[in-house]
Amino acid sequence: MSDTELTQLSRRDLPLAGDASARFLPWLIAFMVFLAALALVGADALRQTAARWNGGLSGQITVQLPPLVREDAPTAASRAEQAAALLRDLPAVRSVETLERAEAAALLEPWLGAAANDAALPLPTLITVRHSGDPAPLAAEMRQRLQNEFPDAEVDDHQAWIGGLLNLTRGLEILALFLLLLVGAAAVVTVVFVTRTGLAVHRPVIELLHLMGARDVQIAGRFQTHALWLGLKGGLLGLAVAALCYGALQWAVSPTTLALLPAFEIGPVLLVLLALLPLLAAGIAWLTARVTVLRTLGRMP
Amino acid sequence: MVRFEDVTLRYGQGPEILTGLSLHLEPGSFHCLVGPSGAGKSSLLKLLYLGQKPSAGRISLFGRDVSRLSRDGRARLRRQIGVVFQEFRLISHLSVFDNVALPLRLAGERESSLRTKVEELLSWVGLADHLRAAPETLSGGQQQRVAIARALVGRPNLLVADEPTGSVDDRIGQRLMHLFQELHRNGTTIVLATHNLAMVERLGHPVLRLEDGQIAGQPGEEREGLGPLSPGSRGHWPA
Ligand SMILES: Nc1ncnc2c1ncn2[C@@H]1O[C@H](COP(=O)(O)OP(=O)(O)OP(=O)(O)O)[C@@H](O)[C@H]1O
Ligand SMILES: [Mg+2]
Repeated sequence: MSDTELTQLSRRDLPLAGDASARFLPWLIAFMVFLAALALVGADALRQTAARWNGGLSGQITVQLPPLVREDAPTAASRAEQAAALLRDLPAVRSVETLERAEAAALLEPWLGAAANDAALPLPTLITVRHSGDPAPLAAEMRQRLQNEFPDAEVDDHQAWIGGLLNLTRGLEILALFLLLLVGAAAVVTVVFVTRTGLAVHRPVIELLHLMGARDVQIAGRFQTHALWLGLKGGLLGLAVAALCYGALQWAVSPTTLALLPAFEIGPVLLVLLALLPLLAAGIAWLTARVTVLRTLGRMP
Repeated sequence: MVRFEDVTLRYGQGPEILTGLSLHLEPGSFHCLVGPSGAGKSSLLKLLYLGQKPSAGRISLFGRDVSRLSRDGRARLRRQIGVVFQEFRLISHLSVFDNVALPLRLAGERESSLRTKVEELLSWVGLADHLRAAPETLSGGQQQRVAIARALVGRPNLLVADEPTGSVDDRIGQRLMHLFQELHRNGTTIVLATHNLAMVERLGHPVLRLEDGQIAGQPGEEREGLGPLSPGSRGHWPA
């Protein structure tokens, strides 16, 4: 006989397409890829949000001067300027900005309406200090400088808040990663089950092919190619559904609501990762089917 | 060609079907394997076509110790062995043609050359009109002829046939025997298990008689050169 042998059996000789167990595999894979896409996008959104908040607040210390009783605008402005002057010449400080009363009122207007502009409304004076130093010692130094003139000034370096936020987002990211691993494991188990069922259904034919001298890889080839296509099909379907959901979300959420939320976009890295998901699903299916078949055949003499 | 040394076979924890059996078959020889039902003929053939590992002892095929071969090495050996199974084992989702073509396709033979071989052989066994038929639409005898054609199509060096004429009438039986003889003349080593003593006698080849897990008349030893001859050879073992 000739030396040029088949790399795998043909679809005709070992037909797997009609198997009932194989029919639901793409749907399961689609669901898993959908979940994985959700986890990836969610984790990335968290990371972006945390980074934005962190970037906005780190390198920044906020000083808050509680309002005096019946304080008028000029007094408030001069007190703010006085405090700012005390802070400006600290070595690590790059800039000091005071928030004018009118600006503060404008920020509150969406919540309070016209009342925000009422001169009688007591508003604290806010001073934003941008710096390039170590926040904790700098804040302590600032507190000391303000102690005499402004004993009730509050100096906030945001570290506690930023730390808490970072811990939270890191925890959620680990959760998302865990979810990805879980989905991958579920995919492996599913493909093992489907492949074993296929092996059982076709056992007489496989045994016969084995006795005729079919090599293990020729038989496994049929199963792994089949699994590859089912995995790819399911993966693309799942990704398409995820994209559809994303689009629907963008469309359904009104622009004003979006304005309140931190802006979120799918960057190129995430896009590549998402595009890889169906390929990953197909690869997992391919490898799992191959290993499962080779192990089963290994038990034949 | 085929050498069994002290071969023992038992299924799981069951009784020993073959007990310390030794035999040696010369290349190009033709042996008939007889014995009462349940004696272990099919089991012995199963060892021969590497469908089962012996519980103990050594089996050599084509001069090679089978247990020392790699999995791929055993697969290569199997391709040189044609098997007619007692229960046919045709693939139901394949046509008669595709069933017979399977060994050639496994070996990577081109469709054009494969086609003539398969059609020629199938018309020889009288199935030229049933190339596209599904196996289950055929009679038992017709299925048996498909099984034989499938075993022969690759021109195997060793042919193992288990009761290959059990389901056909005398005329077709003789035609099939003719086919086997033809193959034998071309150098194929043949082992044929059968209950049909008349056929054994007509063939006139040496007989291996299986009884009590042994080849009768030569307990545990082998007779080199002559091929194992039992007292009841030439077909006259008492029924
Ligand atoms: N796969 C198996 N598992 C367990 N026992 C088996 C198996 N195959 C055969 N046997 C047992 O081995 C013994 C020999 O069976 P075998 O089929 O080899 O006999 P045989 O000589 O071919 O019989 P027949 O002439 O009826 O075909 C029987 O007792 C049978 O029950
Ligand atoms: Mg039998």
